[in-house]
Amino acid sequence: MTEFLQHVVNGVSLGTIYALIALGYTMVYGVLKLINFAHGDVYMVAAFSGFYIATGLGVRDDPTVGKAVAVFLGSMVVAGALGWAIERFAYRPLRNRPRLATLITAIGVSFLLEYGFQLPSLQAQGRSLEEVLRGWGWTVPGWFDALVTALPSTFPPGPTPRFFPEPFTRVDWTVLGGVHISNYDVVSFLVAFAFMLGLQWIVYRTRFGMAMRAVSFDPRVAGLMGIPVNRVISTTFVLGSVLAAVAALLVAGSRPRIDPIMGLMPGLKAFVAAVFGGIGNVPGAMLGGLVLGLAEEMVAGYTVSSFRDGIAFAILILVLLVRPEGLLGRVTVEKV
Amino acid sequence: MRAVRAMALLAASLALAACQGKKAEGDAPAKSAAAPAADKILVGHVGSMTGSEATFGQSTDQGIKLAIEQWNAKGGVKGKPITLRTYDSQGKPEEAAVAATRLVVNDKVNLLLGEVASSRSLAMAPVADGNGTPMITPSSTNPRVTKDKDKVRPFVFRVCFIDPFQGTVMAKFARNDRKIEKVAILRDVGNDYSMGLADYFLAKFKELGGTVVDDQSYKAGDQDFKAQLTAIKNKNPQAVYVPGYYTDVALIARQARELGMKQPLLGGDGWDSAKLFEIGGKAIEGSFYSNHYSPDDPSPRIQEFVKAYKARFGVVPDGLAAQGYDAAMVGFDAMNRAADGSGAAIRDAIGATKDYPGVTGIITIDANHDAVKPAVVLEVKDGKSVFITTVAP
Repeated sequence: MTEFLQHVVNGVSLGTIYALIALGYTMVYGVLKLINFAHGDVYMVAAFSGFYIATGLGVRDDPTVGKAVAVFLGSMVVAGALGWAIERFAYRPLRNRPRLATLITAIGVSFLLEYGFQLPSLQAQGRSLEEVLRGWGWTVPGWFDALVTALPSTFPPGPTPRFFPEPFTRVDWTVLGGVHISNYDVVSFLVAFAFMLGLQWIVYRTRFGMAMRAVSFDPRVAGLMGIPVNRVISTTFVLGSVLAAVAALLVAGSRPRIDPIMGLMPGLKAFVAAVFGGIGNVPGAMLGGLVLGLAEEMVAGYTVSSFRDGIAFAILILVLLVRPEGLLGRVTVEKV
Repeated sequence: MRAVRAMALLAASLALAACQGKKAEGDAPAKSAAAPAADKILVGHVGSMTGSEATFGQSTDQGIKLAIEQWNAKGGVKGKPITLRTYDSQGKPEEAAVAATRLVVNDKVNLLLGEVASSRSLAMAPVADGNGTPMITPSSTNPRVTKDKDKVRPFVFRVCFIDPFQGTVMAKFARNDRKIEKVAILRDVGNDYSMGLADYFLAKFKELGGTVVDDQSYKAGDQDFKAQLTAIKNKNPQAVYVPGYYTDVALIARQARELGMKQPLLGGDGWDSAKLFEIGGKAIEGSFYSNHYSPDDPSPRIQEFVKAYKARFGVVPDGLAAQGYDAAMVGFDAMNRAADGSGAAIRDAIGATKDYPGVTGIITIDANHDAVKPAVVLEVKDGKSVFITTVAP
């Protein structure tokens, strides 16, 4: 019994991560009908910005609450800015093109981030980004100059994994006669649940949510009605990316290895979780993530661990065969 | 519009930085594609300079550099100076194959050194064989690296022991020295090295009368090992054999302790990295692993090497640095004995290596192109590896 409960705790803890990433997927899909494949890589970039900020502040030697807040806020800002930039420069120019073009661009952005972050760092090449730019005699705008000087010298990180410092101290509890649970598991779950409720509230109870739903329904008509379509879409991307940043820091704090392809598998699985729960549906993403995490955990724990992903995904295929719209998804009839 | 320009600038600068990085990667001057002139010896090294096993490649490379500097100080091989060219495999088999091809076909190296990981050496071996360039792997222990099914690969050698021996060493140590009766295994399912070690450990441990209560697997790069560890914990073994590489092992150790598991972990030479202690911290204390050598060994040959390495690089050499040094030394010794500079002549000379006094033991290359050497067992204590015992073949 203790073993089963431990599996449940582990599974929920894993599922919470998928849920947090899946929330971002589902929001962007809900508004744009675009599968943002770069979402997993925003998650990775957020983990690395958290790492750089934490290293700069010296979190490893002396963790304090203030520093933890700074790490979270800083990496949320970076991730939000990246989400905004990806939408602005990669997706917006293609918005009125066939949807396939945007999808392929999303995959391209994902590869750009994954492999861009695997380049040898400028420091390893014996230079700083500032010197590189000056060396070409390019004039850099003043504000940008300050940003460049502040960039960490070990950027890009290269393929070597880094060891992420704990943003807040880990506490392990033993409950129910031998089930181990940590404050990270509890905090992650509560945060994911709070975000789910928050998003649900934004989408159904605020003016911005109403605008989102209108854009999702028909962007052209929404525009004609005076809704700032671009701003709504940008904000959606920023919101989704900020969620990815929170997920990244909660994961990196308890599983402290980060590397440039760390977003690949969680991203894919979160996508599956979002589809499984009914893509575009906020509570569905949460439910899908938890079910996927538990399925993986039980398969690995009670059967052959190398079939972990295989069997978990097979279950998902079966469910989708029976309910193609996902667990909580609604059947939409395309009117011609 | 200003923002747009800045973004484009940043993207362009990163791209250009990358191109220039590629150029600076090798240790050689710009005319890298030219064949080596007859008056110098060119040695190629493929190593994981970055990636999950970055310290493997970096240590090996430093060991090789030390060997080259010592030979060059003595006047080089047959009076010709030696130069090194290192390419990064990034810890990926496909990159290792590309790097090996580049070294052999473009740079026309006289000798190919590398890789540490068996999966990557396996990707390089056909390149060396196909082009008739002798290759020595410093520390790949999977038998298939030098032996393709029943056929010994003609140009591929190693200066380390092989998995059947390393797995056996740990099984013997666990069963006879630690009197352990029940173990569990947690292996990396996508790694030739880990699978080999686990299989040989399992066979020997059972032969010695022990029981293997659970055999779980993971995939390198996984973040979460708790499902497997919870299952293992429930079977209540006295130790867990984890023949993986150091980053995964460190995370596994942490998560095992988080689940309240107190058993020691056992492992192989893939643990040998200072990063294991940095990431693993307290979780890895009290665990044991088999390795090629121990810097604590008082024998003068080893202490001399440790002193020279420390003077040159400022750190105590790990097992992979010692292996890299030995691989290069055996190669240069063979080149010095070889009838001429051709690949076949060097190959024959490496194959004839007998009783070479290496840092990691007396090296004799056997008919399977393997070195027969003793192994050591180390314990992790206070963030350091402490010598426990030597096991002879």
